[in-house]
Amino acid sequence: MSSATYTIWLRNLKRYIRSKSRIFGSLGQPLFFLVVLGFGLSSLNIPGATGGYLKFIIPGIIAMTVLFTSIFSGIQIIWDKQFGFLKETLVAPISRLSIMLGQTFGGATTALIQGLLIMILAFVIGGIFPSAMGLIIALVFMVLIGLAFTSLGIAIASKMEDMQGFQLIMNFVIFPIFLLSGALFPLTDAPKALKIITYFDPMTYGVEGMRYGILGSSSINPLICFLVLGGFAALMILIGSILFKKIKV
Amino acid sequence: MPNQENRLPMKSEEAIKVINLTKKFKDLTAVNNISFTVKKGEIFGFLGPNGAGKSTTLSMLATLLEPTQGTALVNGFSIRKDRDSVRRSIGMVFQDPTLDEELTAYENMDFHGRLYNVPATVRKKKILELLKLVELNERKDSLVKTFSGGMRRRLEIARGLLHEPKVLFLDEPTLGLDPQTRNKLWEYIKRLNTEKGLTIILTTHYMDEADKLSDRIAIIDNGKMIILDTPENLKNMIGGEIITVETPNGDKLESLMKNCKWCKSGKRHDGSFTLTVDHADKKIPELVQIANKNKIKINSIVIHKPSLEDVFLHFTGKTIREQEAGAIENLRQGRRMHGRMRRR
Ligand SMILES: Nc1ncnc2c1ncn2[C@@H]1O[C@H](COP(=O)(O)OP(=O)(O)O)[C@@H](O)[C@H]1O
Ligand SMILES: [Mg+2]
Repeated sequence: MSSATYTIWLRNLKRYIRSKSRIFGSLGQPLFFLVVLGFGLSSLNIPGATGGYLKFIIPGIIAMTVLFTSIFSGIQIIWDKQFGFLKETLVAPISRLSIMLGQTFGGATTALIQGLLIMILAFVIGGIFPSAMGLIIALVFMVLIGLAFTSLGIAIASKMEDMQGFQLIMNFVIFPIFLLSGALFPLTDAPKALKIITYFDPMTYGVEGMRYGILGSSSINPLICFLVLGGFAALMILIGSILFKKIKV
Repeated sequence: MPNQENRLPMKSEEAIKVINLTKKFKDLTAVNNISFTVKKGEIFGFLGPNGAGKSTTLSMLATLLEPTQGTALVNGFSIRKDRDSVRRSIGMVFQDPTLDEELTAYENMDFHGRLYNVPATVRKKKILELLKLVELNERKDSLVKTFSGGMRRRLEIARGLLHEPKVLFLDEPTLGLDPQTRNKLWEYIKRLNTEKGLTIILTTHYMDEADKLSDRIAIIDNGKMIILDTPENLKNMIGGEIITVETPNGDKLESLMKNCKWCKSGKRHDGSFTLTVDHADKKIPELVQIANKNKIKINSIVIHKPSLEDVFLHFTGKTIREQEAGAIENLRQGRRMHGRMRRR
């Protein structure tokens, strides 16, 4: 990691740690999902959701937290554009790639921390104690989700002038990515058409990989999940850095 | 254009050499074929109204914008071919604020020092030194969002100096600041120049600022460089003195003075009329007589030496309008409240 990349990573982390209200505020939504859906639907016997619905959605809710936090971290570049800070970075004698990577690693790190916080809460609520190996597997997938979607956020931010399009992106990109990932329903018994769409959603492989790590079983082979999500993350980093290279201030 | 650069080597006393620099945005020519040199150790002022092309020129010199045509050497490095060397050798204070408000003054400095590879062993010492220089050492651990406009500007200047640049660019350094803060900033800028021997290029649309700070001034309008000289020489070019008559009948006075033989030029403004003449003290009685004879009411008469304002008027045919200053200041604040707006 170049020193410029580290510097930008460090700034991201400092800002994250300082924003206490954001840290705790953004735990609210996943907790809400977990408690309301988990307990609300626990009486339904959903086939494929072995071990009860609450346990079934825990990996998906953690993945969701990482997804939302990382996309948002990437899109924050728009604020840096608007508040002018981006110029300070762009005029420094460092490459655009090192800036982009610093931002990506920074976003992925904060998303990972945010994911860990909700993970601890979810494990307590659901009474889950995964193996050490399972935890490591889950962490690997969280890192990949973080890297991929921070890069996607940066790619989007490089193309956007202001936050006006944010709501649109939220509704037509991020929510579909989450809802179609099988985070909330078992893939095994989904209708065929839905299932096919789901296989095109990269997040599916993140959720399934985490399910394997945390619950010990998944409907997609974890190695395939790793390869697909890893490939997607690499692609997103590539696209993000190409678009960031062309960013105008 | 490598050949052109090789044919025009930089002299050792030159900090910047600009050669036929041009920038076009679609069909708008923001900077139109300008050439000049900046000597080492001088304060070089870029004076022109809003939209003249000052910021665009600085952006090209700082390698943030690619020129459409022409090039420049900054500290001997080409802005086209050797961007990183150019960047390392300059400090840049942009027109719009570029601080991270969620970080402290010290952290903003530290971020900069790390990006420019200032070694950890000297970084801390230099940051404290510079914060002291701009009198922010006592607020070093406060978040920038609690700072006033003047404090932010001072912090940006200190930050721009952290990597010991040879040339400092200041784009509208006192835009939107109150008179007292402006005076203070002028002192810092002068001191940096005299004590550290720093070459400074500043842009401004304030006449007094250009006049007070610059060793030489380039007047730029509509992307073109109109003239370049010392403030003294510029003012002497107009020559004579300027009589300003405050009167409600400006247009009547103007038509009367149309065929006056001793007037170099005359112009009517809102509520006043100005005449450029030699030996103004001797001409005033005649002027008053003419006014009396034609029942023109005169509220006051002032004689003054030509100012840069008059120089600007002379060379461009218009004054730098006051409302422009207001417009940019609103924009500067507006940007932060209502999201992004293009600088105009
Ligand atoms: N990125 C841009 N795209 C299109 N036009 C621009 C851009 N930046 C500046 N301009 C235009 O170029 C001209 C010069 O602008 P600028 O250099 O900011 O002037 P100044 O700094 O002297 O006020 C203006 O007409 C401005 O609208
Ligand atoms: Mg400007």
